[in-house]
Amino acid sequence: MVDAQTPPRRQFLGISNVTKTFQLGTDQVQALRSVNLAIAKGEFVCLIGASGCGKSTLLRIIAGFEQPSSGQVSLYEKAITGPGSDRGMVFQDYALFPWMTVRENIAFGPKQKGLARKYVDEITGEYLNMVGLGKFADRFPSQLSGGMKQRVAIARVLANECEVLLMDEPFGALDALTRESLQQELLDIWVRTRVTVIFVTHSVEEAVLLSDRVVVMTAGPGRIEADIPIELARPREVSAIDFNQVRRDITQRLTSHVGRRELKAVA
Amino acid sequence: MAAVSTDIPAGADAVNRGRIPERLRGTVLAAAFPLALIVLWHQLVVLTGTRLVPTPYQVGVMMWDFTFGGVHNDAFSGTILTHLLASMQRVYGGFALAMVIGIPLGLLIGKVKLIRQMLDPTLSLLRPIPVTAWLPLSMIFFGLGPRSAVFLVFLGAFYPILLNTVFGVRSVDPRLFEAASMLGCDGSGLFRQVVLPAAMPGIFNGLRLAHGFAWILIVVGEMTGVPTGLGSVIMDGRTLSRTDLVITGMIIIGIAGFLTDRMIVAVNNRVLRWSPQHHG
Repeated sequence: MVDAQTPPRRQFLGISNVTKTFQLGTDQVQALRSVNLAIAKGEFVCLIGASGCGKSTLLRIIAGFEQPSSGQVSLYEKAITGPGSDRGMVFQDYALFPWMTVRENIAFGPKQKGLARKYVDEITGEYLNMVGLGKFADRFPSQLSGGMKQRVAIARVLANECEVLLMDEPFGALDALTRESLQQELLDIWVRTRVTVIFVTHSVEEAVLLSDRVVVMTAGPGRIEADIPIELARPREVSAIDFNQVRRDITQRLTSHVGRRELKAVA
Repeated sequence: MAAVSTDIPAGADAVNRGRIPERLRGTVLAAAFPLALIVLWHQLVVLTGTRLVPTPYQVGVMMWDFTFGGVHNDAFSGTILTHLLASMQRVYGGFALAMVIGIPLGLLIGKVKLIRQMLDPTLSLLRPIPVTAWLPLSMIFFGLGPRSAVFLVFLGAFYPILLNTVFGVRSVDPRLFEAASMLGCDGSGLFRQVVLPAAMPGIFNGLRLAHGFAWILIVVGEMTGVPTGLGSVIMDGRTLSRTDLVITGMIIIGIAGFLTDRMIVAVNNRVLRWSPQHHG
């Protein structure tokens, strides 16, 4: 387990002692308890765990949509206090602007920066092509398939030159074939842009296929159970023996913990 | 499977062949009911021998005279444009005023909690008061004239626009606002680029409702002693016991309201072309 108490030379993304408590009626629910994590620039990190382990909450805190109850998240050692264009979220349900065409959705971020029209068009064209949607530039989101919508969502945050790509179960609502091709496209984009990716999933296979590091989280309250580097060579093959070895290890860690908790609940 | 795939073109073909008669059938069905009503109206007038209600033919003559003149040659002959334009000015003056105030206020109430907490209770208290109850006060505020009519139309159009705009904003997926903020959009830019377009389906709902109310209220508004306008024509008709004039005014208001509603629907379909389920 990586020790977050001794940060690397120049810390990129630091999460220190983050706790999050939600008020649910009269009850206090602790979604996260003293979470520590350091993520290096360009890393591909997957957060994995059963529902209710706080992985999405952690992602939303990094995005700045939620404030931690205590502790802090920092980027380049500067505390994050709200949403910003240095971090781009890709939601499971896309959250595209339905009244804008594909092109306008991607151009939205660059336009906010007040760039000249020429540069906005240039950037938009570049990312339209990167996600292979050149032919669909003038369609509205309602006229696209789920996979295409998610490509637009990815292009939209990349066009905004975000440094951290936050992905909240982005391929969870897609069919298996679309999911596989989008996973591959995401890896290609990651290699090309060297963007840092924090990817929430509950598929162990997806986590092992994509990431440099798998951070296993457990519920009640949400905390980090294990931080496992994935040292498999890329490109990875889901049917390879070593791939399955790693997958089995991580699955075991997830299920053994669930088992323990259930035993405790019975006792 | 094969049976299904051959069935589809056959079915599509049948629809194609049936298209023109289908449209004709719709027109015939839509016209049949009002025609039957007119026949019934005529028969009832003839049967009862009443002199208080004119026959459809007499109303037709009145409409002709009101439009072109040359039949009765009285104060109302050939004056349709004067009255129609006067009424439209008041309807759309009040309607535009309601839009200009209702939409921005609705966006703010919908999006900004502080403003909602501050204004919502007051507006909810004022809302149940019927617009007609404002008539005496509006005559004191604005005098006996067209401004009073504009004010009443404004009051009637304001609430549907305001409430539907608020509802439109409240029903926007909050993730869209999160997406906007992470892409660097906030402040007034957020209202212009995200809140307003996202609330458009609700706003257009409000505009159509308000537009209907505006035409309803114009008759009330023009009861306040204005010399022109379709409402004043109806009131004159009542005073002079000219029911043909009253019914003529009613029919023209109906037609004008219907045609302008179709225009709003056309704008709605253009603005909301991204959302086929919001087409009218």
